[in-house]
Amino acid sequence: MSDTAAHPREDDPEGSEEPATGADDAPAAESDETPAAGAVSTGAESVVAALEAAGAETAFGVQGGAIMPVYDALYSSSIDHVTMAHEQGAAHAADAYGVVSGEPGLCLATSGPGATNLVTGIADADMDSDSMLALTGQVPTEFVGNDAFQETDTIGVTRPITKHNYFASGADTVGDTVGEAFELSRAGRPGPTLVDLPKDVTQDETDETPGAAAPPAGTDPDPNADADAVEAAARAIEAAERPVCLFGGGVIKAEASDAARTFARTYGIPVTTTMPGIGSFPEDDELCLSWAGMHGTGYANMAITHTDCLIAVGTRFDDRLTGGIDTFAPEAEVVHVDIDPAEISKNVHADHPLIGDAGRVLDQLTAAVREAPDAEAWRERCAEWKETYPLTYATPEDEPLKPQFVVEAFDEATDDDTIVTTGVGQHQMWASQFWTYTEPRTWISSHGLGTMGYGVPAAVGARVAADNMGEPDRDVVCFDGDGSFLMTMQELSVAVREDLDVTIAVLNNEYIGMVRQWQDAFYEGRHMASDYTWMPEFDKLAEAFGALGLRVDDYDEVAPAIEEALDYDGPAVIDFHVDPEENVLPMVPSGGANGKFATAEDQL
Amino acid sequence: MSGDSPDSRPATDGGSASDAGVPEADSRPAPSEQPGPEERDHPEGRRNLEGIRIDPVLEAEHESRRAVISALVEDEPGVLARVSGLVSRRQFNIESLTVGPTTVDGHSRITMVVEETDPGIDQIEKQMAKLKPVISVGEVSGNAVTAELVLLKVEADDPAAVHAVTEMYDGRTLDAGPRTITVQLTGDEARIDDALDAFRQFGIIEIARTGQTALARGDVPTAPGEKPGTAGEPTTHDS
Repeated sequence: MSDTAAHPREDDPEGSEEPATGADDAPAAESDETPAAGAVSTGAESVVAALEAAGAETAFGVQGGAIMPVYDALYSSSIDHVTMAHEQGAAHAADAYGVVSGEPGLCLATSGPGATNLVTGIADADMDSDSMLALTGQVPTEFVGNDAFQETDTIGVTRPITKHNYFASGADTVGDTVGEAFELSRAGRPGPTLVDLPKDVTQDETDETPGAAAPPAGTDPDPNADADAVEAAARAIEAAERPVCLFGGGVIKAEASDAARTFARTYGIPVTTTMPGIGSFPEDDELCLSWAGMHGTGYANMAITHTDCLIAVGTRFDDRLTGGIDTFAPEAEVVHVDIDPAEISKNVHADHPLIGDAGRVLDQLTAAVREAPDAEAWRERCAEWKETYPLTYATPEDEPLKPQFVVEAFDEATDDDTIVTTGVGQHQMWASQFWTYTEPRTWISSHGLGTMGYGVPAAVGARVAADNMGEPDRDVVCFDGDGSFLMTMQELSVAVREDLDVTIAVLNNEYIGMVRQWQDAFYEGRHMASDYTWMPEFDKLAEAFGALGLRVDDYDEVAPAIEEALDYDGPAVIDFHVDPEENVLPMVPSGGANGKFATAEDQL
Repeated sequence: MSGDSPDSRPATDGGSASDAGVPEADSRPAPSEQPGPEERDHPEGRRNLEGIRIDPVLEAEHESRRAVISALVEDEPGVLARVSGLVSRRQFNIESLTVGPTTVDGHSRITMVVEETDPGIDQIEKQMAKLKPVISVGEVSGNAVTAELVLLKVEADDPAAVHAVTEMYDGRTLDAGPRTITVQLTGDEARIDDALDAFRQFGIIEIARTGQTALARGDVPTAPGEKPGTAGEPTTHDS
């Protein structure tokens, strides 16, 4: 893909030293013998060999002094490299790549500012349990701890936001370390891992080819839940009168969507999802109540509130889902399926903890439940709630374009396998509410960390993943807010350079819209620092980047603009100027009861 | 949009945007027409702060208690930082933390005393178990052997009395000067607390406590699955 030429972001602190690719570093080239397959001569080559052996196909990163040996080793590697505009973009792209492909994403950065720029993306992946490997350059071992040029304690900084991080200690072992880190990132509950690579470790000579990689002992747990616990849970499900499934992001990560669909449909149990769980169960299914939580549907929140048996799979009961714990599913016996024992009873007490892989445990449950719960009346009640609390919005002719209308128009114009990425804010909520998701790994968003700016780099990563998977015809649509877009729009340059077919829809309300909404609801309308009246013209910016740029102000321009952007073979940006006063509803006030969601501003 | 009368249109659930961009009529209740928060049915039940349904059996809130957690860990660089960072980040109330080698090269035992509710103690164990260098972790039973070492510097106005109290608590005098006396005490928590009360009369100048360390009694493994062994034998639960 992109160039691998060295353009260090800063002066190399060791500018006077021999380059890593000097004759001393290439003994194989001087030898008459043909090197064996996978043979390595430096630590950096061992790193790359480990990545290739693990199946890594694409890396996202930014060059720099301390990581240069690894980049040099990538020069002749089968791994493609996408040079990003900023390391944060590299981390988000790798994250999204992993979510779409199901394989760990890979990102690289140099030491110091390169590594710290990755931090937001690593933390984002950590909060959403996304598998990802970050490789960071580090100053040579002898300088570590001396506040050397471009030195940061990357291990210390990333310790709380990684599943595990490693400080590479020598050229002979660095390949095995990288291989282990890659496997650990996807073992059990996925998450980001990091290997910090001192420059001497990657420059030093070694002929130690990395061995077969495996996660550390004890990190790949038994996928099956305890049989007795499954039986007990099955009896509780059979006895339930108001059962509800709650499918979280873990269902998608475990490739358990089919098992989840089978279970719910076999026993006629209504389904809600968490926001990360969107796509685990088709939202056009009669049983589906869409997603629950702060801006989830009213009917999902009513069902969650009134259920007497909550079958929660692959969710950590985040506070944006539960609202106040005291009123969350207050009368429900909770069956909690999770691969991570630490999630059991962390936030909501599990009456039936089932520790194991989501798919395997759902299969166990499907086999163990002998009789469907008698829930006909309950299903009818859920259907009534769907009628009573539909997601709606008004579209009077004399008002500006409604953002929800734009999302629906895109949904209508695209296929079910379209990948949607978003930034964070009001636009993210509309994109989740007004698009009908039917397939897993099509909803790519920043959930736990709520990272504004996630959308554009995520679209880059998602596009590359889809292309690598041999699915170039899938559309990738990024919904972004004006504030979110401004934070990482520089990655548009990457999309143009790499000729990535993505469509970016900026729902531009000239506000940090969610903040404005909260200020209106809870701060007496004092719009402190949320008013973005100086917003640039995004269509012209897109053109400056070399992308297609369009601007839409009225309803009748929406469909033609979407068609033009989707048809355009390359990155396109549509700047939708939408109603600045539109709010995201329904809404459960922070810490409130899910069943007391507001459907109008004056109820907040 | 032009030529259409103002109206509202459906959103999801079968609603679709018109190709012509013309909003369609919507007969469903608008948000402002839907029942308000207080007009809906709400269940009577509640959960407590730990997410446990409140019922006659479980109604009481959990009381905090002291627990001794023992973890067998690999001697990786930064393992103590990982454990202490975990504990502080998750706001667990820690009273002491000790660490030292075991019978196996490359393994250490971390002993932590915490003041938490039962669910909190359970969470500490589970979160620690997730750390890669942690081999085994669990609570040490109340019947365990526990001990702490304390160094105590008191004023030396009455050396004979200080010596007598030190003898009474099986302590040792490590340093005695014209103005201060430093003694060493070991023992379980109650004994140490009693001793400190007794020494207070002399005027305690400085104090250094190691925090408790503990081993389970008899054949019971201190960390779950740990195989009690002698020097040179592996102690991991996998062996």
